[in-house]
Amino acid sequence: MARRRISVAAFVVAGLLVAVLLVVFVAPRASSSPDGLEKVAADQGIDRDVRPSAVADGPLADYGVKGVDHAALGTIVAGLVGVAVTFMVVLAAMWLLRRRRSRTPTEPVAG
Amino acid sequence: MLAMHIPDGFIDGRTSLVAGLVAVALVAWSLRMTAKTLDEREVPIVGLVAAFVFALQLLNFPVANGTSGHLLGGVLAAVLVGPYAGALAVTVVLVVQALLFADGGLSALGLNVVNMAFIGAFAGYGVFVVARRLLGRSAPSVATAAGVAAFTAPVLAAVAFTFEYAIGGNDAVSIGAVAASMIGVHALIGIGEGVITALAVGAVMATRPDLVYGARGTTPREPTSAAAPAGAS
Repeated sequence: MARRRISVAAFVVAGLLVAVLLVVFVAPRASSSPDGLEKVAADQGIDRDVRPSAVADGPLADYGVKGVDHAALGTIVAGLVGVAVTFMVVLAAMWLLRRRRSRTPTEPVAG
Repeated sequence: MLAMHIPDGFIDGRTSLVAGLVAVALVAWSLRMTAKTLDEREVPIVGLVAAFVFALQLLNFPVANGTSGHLLGGVLAAVLVGPYAGALAVTVVLVVQALLFADGGLSALGLNVVNMAFIGAFAGYGVFVVARRLLGRSAPSVATAAGVAAFTAPVLAAVAFTFEYAIGGNDAVSIGAVAASMIGVHALIGIGEGVITALAVGAVMATRPDLVYGARGTTPREPTSAAAPAGAS
């Protein structure tokens, strides 16, 4: 295998860039039809007792930004916040999991 | 509206609570397994997988007469970083969606985590392992097996939802009709899930196949080992 491999760091940056491009250019054009669950729920009467989420008034509820009337812009900003938050939360969680293990002194054999 | 998960009020509190407890147990187990097995260099990859699944879930694609679907991502995550870390990545996506974006009810979070994170990353990954065994060990077969497994994930999630609704839903609604329409529309969504998953796994296989958890044992981990003299073990 003579081909040069890109580094893990470059791979992650490239992957995040693709995610950002998807949010900016594709998400505003995503289908606004009800999704499978939503459609079935409406057709079958599953949604008769539905309640709004306790955080339905939040600043980013329904993937928009409160106060921003431009729908596409709201979707893009909300989407970018979501990409950043999920990345950082999972990165921090995985890093803590790893660190806890490497700190543990030579593990005794379980028994 | 973009992605929509189970909101509050579809399924009763008792059933939602049980699903919440199951989800907590599965998360705790996955944290343990991930802490034991996660490779240092995989740490940022798991973060990337979560961010990528979040972005892909925003992209609702049309399926049939006024209905859309979006990726669930459990199989994609599991094939890339393993079922335990993959399930955790999708769980974080669902928690962030519920808390920040009011997508999916807070009381229904356990149901959504079980149906989308764990059924996809565990059951879906099981389908992947079988499919990969049948398809052989080449790079394209890894992507194809991921696509086949990803097709089944929304269908399995629809079956799980029907089961949960049969236990904790409204008695006046016909379970047979819910089952038929949920499975039918999610089979169509599964086609999209399968295609997107196969393309994404194929792209990683083309760049860094050594980073694909589901391809372990199919590609040489170290390029130099392939050059070792025959017979050396």
